[in-house]
Amino acid sequence: MNRMKVDEEEYWHSSKCKAFTFDDDDEELSQLKESKRAVNSLREIVDDDDDLEKFSWSGEPVGSISWSIKETASSSSNAPERRDSGLQKGSSSYPALPKQASSYSISSFFKGRNKLGSFQSLSDALSDSGVKSYAPELRRPKAEYKDYSSDWSPKDTVRRMQRGKICSLERFRSLREKLELLDEAVLVHDGNVITAILIFLKRTLKREILFQELEVRQVALRHLIHFLKETGEQKLLLDLLRFLDRTEEVALSQYREHLSIQDAEKRREFLKGCIRLPFSSEDAVHVQDHYTLLERQIIIEANDRHLEAAGQSEIFRKYPRKASILSMPLVTTLFYSCFYHYTEGEGTFSSPTNLKKTFKIPDKQYVLTALAARAKLRAWHDVDALFTTKNWLGYTKKRAPIGFHRVVEILQRNSAPVQVLQEYVRLVEDVETRLNLAMKYKCHDVVIDTYRDLKDRHQLMAYRCKVERGSAEEDKIDSILSNLQIRWKN
Amino acid sequence: MSPLDRIANVSVLKQHEVDKLYKVENKPIVSTSDQLCFLVRPRIKNMKYVADIVNADKAMGRSRKYKIIFSPQKFYICELVLEEEGIYGDVSCDEWAFYLLPLDEDLLSMELPEFFRDYFLEGDQRWISTVARALQLLNSLFGPFANTYGIGRCAKMVYEVWRELVEESEGDSQARRPEISHVFLMDRDVDYVTALCSQVVYEGLVDDTFRIKCGSVDFGPDVTSSDRSFKVLLNAQDKVFSEIRNEHFSNVFGFLSQKARNLQTQYDRRRGMDIKQMKNFVSQELKGLKQEHRLLSLHIGACESIMKKKTKQDFQELLKTEHSLLEGFDIRESTSYIEEHIDRQVSPSESLRLMCLLSVTENGLIPKDYRSLKTQYLQSYGPEHLLTFHNLKRIGLLTEQAPGETLTAVESKVSKLVTDRAAGKLTDAFNSLARKSNFRGISKKLGLVLERKGWLGLEEVVRLLNGNEFAPTEPVMEENPAWEAQRVILAVFLGGCTFSEISALRFLGKEKGYKFIFLTTAITSSARLMDAMLEAKV
Repeated sequence: MNRMKVDEEEYWHSSKCKAFTFDDDDEELSQLKESKRAVNSLREIVDDDDDLEKFSWSGEPVGSISWSIKETASSSSNAPERRDSGLQKGSSSYPALPKQASSYSISSFFKGRNKLGSFQSLSDALSDSGVKSYAPELRRPKAEYKDYSSDWSPKDTVRRMQRGKICSLERFRSLREKLELLDEAVLVHDGNVITAILIFLKRTLKREILFQELEVRQVALRHLIHFLKETGEQKLLLDLLRFLDRTEEVALSQYREHLSIQDAEKRREFLKGCIRLPFSSEDAVHVQDHYTLLERQIIIEANDRHLEAAGQSEIFRKYPRKASILSMPLVTTLFYSCFYHYTEGEGTFSSPTNLKKTFKIPDKQYVLTALAARAKLRAWHDVDALFTTKNWLGYTKKRAPIGFHRVVEILQRNSAPVQVLQEYVRLVEDVETRLNLAMKYKCHDVVIDTYRDLKDRHQLMAYRCKVERGSAEEDKIDSILSNLQIRWKN
Repeated sequence: MSPLDRIANVSVLKQHEVDKLYKVENKPIVSTSDQLCFLVRPRIKNMKYVADIVNADKAMGRSRKYKIIFSPQKFYICELVLEEEGIYGDVSCDEWAFYLLPLDEDLLSMELPEFFRDYFLEGDQRWISTVARALQLLNSLFGPFANTYGIGRCAKMVYEVWRELVEESEGDSQARRPEISHVFLMDRDVDYVTALCSQVVYEGLVDDTFRIKCGSVDFGPDVTSSDRSFKVLLNAQDKVFSEIRNEHFSNVFGFLSQKARNLQTQYDRRRGMDIKQMKNFVSQELKGLKQEHRLLSLHIGACESIMKKKTKQDFQELLKTEHSLLEGFDIRESTSYIEEHIDRQVSPSESLRLMCLLSVTENGLIPKDYRSLKTQYLQSYGPEHLLTFHNLKRIGLLTEQAPGETLTAVESKVSKLVTDRAAGKLTDAFNSLARKSNFRGISKKLGLVLERKGWLGLEEVVRLLNGNEFAPTEPVMEENPAWEAQRVILAVFLGGCTFSEISALRFLGKEKGYKFIFLTTAITSSARLMDAMLEAKV
């Protein structure tokens, strides 16, 4: 009880919104007096500003919004009511602003802004803060301002809110008025006010009524949805989406929550629950896969951590794992499995073939990944096997679901020896690409053979100068050039 | 660099007895200071961080003064959070009406990257009045705008709110001679194509490669060829940069080496100087030369680094694919290029960008392609991107053609119109910076808008932009030949613009004798657009 009292005292004290002065209080005091004078004289002329007293309120139920005082910015920039009274602050200085005749160096203008007494600068804002000190006085017994409170129409209220003024919305009690408020805010395109009014409606209207009205007010609806997303009011958001029959969004919005679950086991549990959510048939498969993937990863991770710790598996000793496989994408998992578990049979969860089958990984993707993994280990034999197919006559042939130039690129990046490389360069279909690659990676044999096939004697002779003198390549070129069977085209 | 650094850097703040600076984030603050001041954007997340700090202090029985300064303005929801967190009244609030950050002589940024997602994805109009106020600020500085044009729904709303503000303050700016003759307001979603393409002018490439922040870039050790990294301000003040920024990348090398040679000759002049000349040289020229030398070596280093990165990822092949997509041929080939891009796990945002480019230029993906690319994307980069795809679909960047609705010849023409010509279509202009040959024709199109004083005569183009109204206004003043000569045009980009777009308009301005000034909610790029579609890990 005692503590509460102190708190309350502090609250009242601090809610004076005392300006955050970094220097001594004397200056503040004089500012305060000056602003007080200004405000008082203003009151006589413009009753508009009496709202400072009329509409702020306190002692409302928790969870309500009390609009605080914001005279700082509005007094200096856009307070039309004040301007009329001849008490304008910043605005009076507009005409006096020096302008730079025709040089449009905006930056130089901005540099000089404070000095020139322009508006909206930080220093202005801070020196104006004396006005704020009047805020606490506003909190008078209700009876005192009750009579005034019906003065503002929804339209005026929205106008005032647009300018950041304090407005109590509490007195708009009929549905018609509430909706007028909302429609007015939408009309003036002010998202800040729209959301503020929505919060008020949300607090004072039954859900069904609110939802119903929002269904025919799409702009406002989107604001509410965004607000609920931002504040994380998931339950209400889901209710709203359900009401709107947006089942897919209901599902996605729930699924989204998994992002904030760190623990793999808990995440898996959560994803399991997601499977039955009303996703589109396409997404349902993805979510199911997500769950299955994480389930596998947990198993693989546990196994491999154990294996690695035991130190008996050569591959783990030679290439210690750099990171956990948990929550990695499928392709990364496949790479991992091709790296550490390539030879395992389909029966184990960690085998590449199992992954390929379970997740219906397309050939192209599988081959690319397996190639990268095996090449990294310099397991050229495996690379070879990856592309070798046997037809029914028992002949073997090299085939790839990706361009062989891609294969070459990946092999080269893993510094494959020329013997391995040239075998694949040879398979590149496009002659020009093949020649380019062969020359780039010094696969002389391929270059020579290609020129021979092209019957291009000139190029072959030119290439002879590029190979090492007395090398096998030179001999080969010589023997081809002296072959009388070839009909050279040049 | 952050906007604050551009205005008041650390040493200035220190001079004003700021004890220590922290980034506002979800971390406790270790400080003995008894005053904390938070300078924040009005976001709920920021309010929660502040609340955590204040409440942690409360729990420890520690009393401090707190002040939140909202920039550029306070939102009601922020106060709601403060109230709910039980710290309303414990903190005092203020606003810093900071709207425009001049990044360069012709470029003003509001530094609101969140504008794009908030408005275009979530449909939240919270920043509309902010932009209107920024316009009003310019209006009051430079006199009334003679002609205002807009394209897009958001442009129209900004325009209306701004008019309202003008009317309220009428009288202040009356009798001012308008210095800005034309204002163009453009929604980002009117043209995604340009923003989705690879940037090929130097400034754009620097942004794509190193990410320019607030007009400044951090060149790492690979650029500076030392073990330090340098922060460099990139603007018209940088003599070397200002000459190459708008150039196609392929021209930049030649320029830089020429420049290097010139510099060498200037240095060489010192040979054979007598004492007096040498004294002059040292006192007058040397400093400038040294400065130039430093800049030159930085930009050469940057070029090298860009080249290295670009050759590694087959920049040529990438540009070829983009080109095909823009021209609408070899769609199958492009699709499989993108597929391979995904399968090889090349940068996730790059893959996404290409898919979006395919979708935007083809009016949506064929369902079969959509499914297969999406599946492979999820497999390559993680299943949680399901949410990214949902966002992209909502915003219209990556869609699926309705089944059975293949692109007829007419529709294809329509979509081409939309991407090429609408809004005096910038798209083409920018891409053609790459193929300079076309540029003349395109600039004509843009010039058309200016010459005809509006979209008049371009209605057929505008009509094709689904649901986008345009708002020509009755000219505030009769056009006056005296300032007709030097037209100053303010281009306002709602949702961000890229450096390529700025370059293209600078180029156009030079050709036509207009002076363009840019006001953007933020500088954007394809990568930033894609990042804005991700769901943050909470």
